[in-house]
Amino acid sequence: MSDPFGGIDNFLKDLLIGFGLDSTFVAVILKLAAAAVLGGLAGATAIVLIWVERKLVARIQDRLGPNRVGPYGLLQTIADALKLLTKEVLIPAGADRLVFQMAPLLVVASVIGVWAVMPLAPGLIGSDVNVGLLYILSVGSIGTLGIMMAGLSSNNKYALLGAFRTVAQMVSFMVPLILSLLIPTLLAGSMGMADIVNSQAGLWFIFLAPLAALIFFVSSIAEVGRTPFDLMEADSEIVAGFHIEYSGMAFGMFFVGEFVHAFTISALMAVIFLGGWRGPGAEAFPLLGLVYFLIKTSIMYFVVIWVRATFPRIRIDQMNAFNWKFVTPLALVVLMVTAIVDKLAIESGWPRFLVHVIANLLMVVGTLVILRTQAAALRRRLDVVPEAPVTQPETA
Amino acid sequence: MVPLSWYLILAAAIFCVGLFGVLARRNAVAIIMGIELMLNAVNLNLLAFWRYQNPADVAGQVFVIIVFAVAAAEAAVGLALIISIYRRRSTVIAEDVDLLKW
Amino acid sequence: MTPEQLLFLATGAFTLIASIMVVTSPRLVHGGLWLIAALAGTAVLFVLLENGFLAVVQVAIYIDAIAILIIIVVMLTRAVMKETDPQINRTWLLASLAALLLFGGLLAIIALLGPASRPALVQPEGGLDVLGKALVDVDGFILPFEIASVLLVAALIGAIVVARTPMRGEGGDWR
Repeated sequence: MSDPFGGIDNFLKDLLIGFGLDSTFVAVILKLAAAAVLGGLAGATAIVLIWVERKLVARIQDRLGPNRVGPYGLLQTIADALKLLTKEVLIPAGADRLVFQMAPLLVVASVIGVWAVMPLAPGLIGSDVNVGLLYILSVGSIGTLGIMMAGLSSNNKYALLGAFRTVAQMVSFMVPLILSLLIPTLLAGSMGMADIVNSQAGLWFIFLAPLAALIFFVSSIAEVGRTPFDLMEADSEIVAGFHIEYSGMAFGMFFVGEFVHAFTISALMAVIFLGGWRGPGAEAFPLLGLVYFLIKTSIMYFVVIWVRATFPRIRIDQMNAFNWKFVTPLALVVLMVTAIVDKLAIESGWPRFLVHVIANLLMVVGTLVILRTQAAALRRRLDVVPEAPVTQPETA
Repeated sequence: MVPLSWYLILAAAIFCVGLFGVLARRNAVAIIMGIELMLNAVNLNLLAFWRYQNPADVAGQVFVIIVFAVAAAEAAVGLALIISIYRRRSTVIAEDVDLLKW
Repeated sequence: MTPEQLLFLATGAFTLIASIMVVTSPRLVHGGLWLIAALAGTAVLFVLLENGFLAVVQVAIYIDAIAILIIIVVMLTRAVMKETDPQINRTWLLASLAALLLFGGLLAIIALLGPASRPALVQPEGGLDVLGKALVDVDGFILPFEIASVLLVAALIGAIVVARTPMRGEGGDWR
């Protein structure tokens, strides 16, 4: 029971070598099989995720959600998937065939590719590259490319407009995402995901760097394109954005890709800031580590759905102003202050936790003070016209 | 064991293909694509020499990082220039931007 | 033919074919997508050269930033040049001649190289730490590093200023 995954690996290896295959060949086959299982599971969780989301959003909006198909509507997603599979995939006239069909694959591939470096349990990680965070950023941006291709090849003005807005949003929010991911790198001393989880043995990073966690959370919601940043789809504005022309399973891929992406960023938030598989007794029983990881990810996913059901959508100019005038300078300041404070704490031997908490508190207070003075200045500018009565009272 | 000369030949081939793209295409954006190919080939060359001559020295990797930064800067400015020319002259064909020719 | 050589030949052929398709594609959008394929092939070659960090940096910088920028600009300027217009200059013959001459010259120089052996990859302890410290070391490469950052800031500001929509009353049509 102490290492079930290693046990399965050894068993399969012995089995295949017993068939008479070369040992490097066996290693390659096992790696490919593991990749297939991980990718398939990551994609198949969409079935549960979609049901959870629809039920939760419905309850927050004071209605019931799907409850006809199967007990508590559990089979609703399967019914939807069957419907999408039986629909015809229409390729519009004048569309670029190859690019049109390749775009959904790129979007889903970029999401599933992130799971290759996710530490699921002690000793269970797909591939422990020592640049895990950078890999996640680069693979995640391939999805942006897929969306661009979808909008371009559809031969449709609305799709193009949606694609431009989407790419602008995703590229803009990559800047604070990268900046906020540099802070756990700083605190852990390495970009590798397993190292980040291992260095949270004392204290989770969310207590050491709460502002960075908040910035990462907001930026990744914007990267995925969930409400309040869902002007990519904007169901009521530009008629579904970049995937207007997609129907059938091609649309299904975009749909699944979005939900799995939201789950993936919840998992990243859990790994990077909430300690991943860390918990009491996780080193002794790796399966317990897996359970902790899933619990933390589900909590973050619940917060993501909660945010979706609560906030209204923001406009593209509001989003741009929010990103470039607020989040990015804040991320830069947090990065600089955290770096200086961390070095000071290590050099002078003060307790790290206390120093970081004080620094974060000061930054939050500073931000609030700046926001208040700016809001007061704005109000003063708008109230220039003095209140005057519309008609003079009769003074006869 | 891949010999060093294979990497160098591949890098030289990509460089020459990029050179052909720069010299022979009419569209300005296609010229920039050729330039990116050439810079890519240069990076490949640098890394091949780093690996085969002295992998303990970081100078090779630093050189590649600087080339990445220069390529990004040059692509950004070049594409901004193309957009500016497109706005004023409504053309992206490199031959048509010929006001200074006598 | 070891597996490594096979992998190198396959990736090298893919990258070369993608590069040729970039410069001969009649539709620019396809050319941009082939460029992305060529850049991805180069990233795989970096991994073969046992430098995974630079491979990921290549994907992050070239594919996720530069290639997307190129495709966006192709989209914005698509209206002026129809795909039926000739994409190649009238000097294409001289250009291909120059490219072939250059390739021949480079081959001749490469042939002068003796047989190169491949030293064992000495991973310095600390891995990426050594690279990072060298970049900010006063005896190391801090000067190129800082100059590169100044260059990037200048390019950033320059690109924004150049591509700004002209304000009212500024600039005119000097056609």
